[in-house]
Amino acid sequence: MNKASSSTTTKISSFVLLVIFITLALSLTALILATYTFSQDGIAAYYLLLIGFLGAALSTYVLLQTRKKLKRLGIKTPPITTTVECRKCGFKSIREFQRGDYIFKEVEPCQKCNENMLITTIYKEVEEKGEKRLF
Amino acid sequence: MIVFPKGEFVNTLATMAALQNQIVQEPFGEYSWILNILIYAFFFVFMFYGQKINTYIMLREVEGSLYKLKYLKDEGRKTAIETIKEIGKPQTDPSARVDRFLEYFTITPQSLDPAGVVWKLEHILDVRDTRFKDDVKLIAPAADKTQANNLENTLEAAMALNYIYKVIRHFYLLGKKTLSLYIIMQIQMILPLVMREAEAYASALKAFAYGQPIGDGAGALVAAKLTHGYPTRKIAKDCITATVPIEGRTAYVVKAEGPGGNVGKPGDGIKTIIEENEGRIATIIMVDAALKLEGEQVGEVAEGVGAAIGGPGVDQFKIEESTLKYRIPINAVIIREDIGDAVSPMRKEIVDAADKAIERIKQVILEKTKEGDKIIIAGVGNTIGIGQ
Repeated sequence: MNKASSSTTTKISSFVLLVIFITLALSLTALILATYTFSQDGIAAYYLLLIGFLGAALSTYVLLQTRKKLKRLGIKTPPITTTVECRKCGFKSIREFQRGDYIFKEVEPCQKCNENMLITTIYKEVEEKGEKRLF
Repeated sequence: MIVFPKGEFVNTLATMAALQNQIVQEPFGEYSWILNILIYAFFFVFMFYGQKINTYIMLREVEGSLYKLKYLKDEGRKTAIETIKEIGKPQTDPSARVDRFLEYFTITPQSLDPAGVVWKLEHILDVRDTRFKDDVKLIAPAADKTQANNLENTLEAAMALNYIYKVIRHFYLLGKKTLSLYIIMQIQMILPLVMREAEAYASALKAFAYGQPIGDGAGALVAAKLTHGYPTRKIAKDCITATVPIEGRTAYVVKAEGPGGNVGKPGDGIKTIIEENEGRIATIIMVDAALKLEGEQVGEVAEGVGAAIGGPGVDQFKIEESTLKYRIPINAVIIREDIGDAVSPMRKEIVDAADKAIERIKQVILEKTKEGDKIIIAGVGNTIGIGQ
């Protein structure tokens, strides 16, 4: 049940895709026709140009929006860092978080003094978007 | 509003009509009537069906968010089941039990007569906690205490996502059924905040499943840094204390028992220490993560007075009762963060803020107490991924 429901949330409806591509194809046809009819009937060419541009813009916009929606669905998980320190000699190593790690857990012996090392911090680093702060 | 003299108004209308004719007729010649009809049709459609169109646009917006909520809810369920299978090693497929768990509800006590409502609420919360723990034990028999606590937190995050999805779906379907602008409008207006909360719970899922420290544990981290290296003893349910000498004073540092995910009962812990010392406590300093306002920096440390503790209010009530009984001053040090940071893996800024908070605590101790005094320092928050 779950597999099916999750796929419906992430897939673009094929009907919507069909409508988008038909509109795009019709718009492109209208644009091509506009170039042919320009010398014979200027007014009709204007209409065809208008319809062609509007249709193409609209279908491209809808397509991009659907893609954007799909991109937004994922959950981003930044890497989690574990800092391991030796309390005796001060040796410090930074590695990726492993299941079972917790702050103040004694882990593997120190490479320098053979004393048991301690996990001192576990954190994630978040890059702030470079927006200029006015206030 | 612009007020025209009568003649001038007629003249303006005539000029506008002429201008419109000119704009429409120039490029389209004899077909210009089509555009004219289109403009009038557009005008009338918006005049009579504007609100309906608005309603449909809002419905579409809610629908888009509902898709995302559904995705998050399904991910939550999937993560919970995968973690249970990995850690708990159940004999049978836990999916059905997890589905049952996700539908759990808690009925808050009746408050028509508010006297004693806190104790009733505490009892209900205790029953809920015991029930959750028992169920987790059944679903994941191989999980140890720490893993069981983390699993419970994972399931609670999945439960929150499930609930948010169902509430938004309810309003969406109700709005669609009634086509009432006001039903849809109220959900559409709060949607950005709801989505922020849902995204925060979604990022909390992985943190809980892996047992990573979360932003809410800022207070617990401060307490852990103070207690580390000192013997601890159990003071209340899921709550420990260590006697630590700080600046010539004796500090009873209280925190939830880690590294499993739980918040303990700091209210009971503080009450017990006060009673053990017959009220001879110079001051209580509570450290907790607090929601920041937009524009404030993550990891900012601030100081104030009062019981810095969130949750349903039972612990805050108990702490306030105990401090009032012996007239003990209560100070608070908070570390600012937003809802997303509070339930997702701890940010570096919050880790760094723990040291700043310790400095601030020492400052308060020096300013507000004398050498030889006894004080209580309570690090409040979820201690997932934080030992002692």
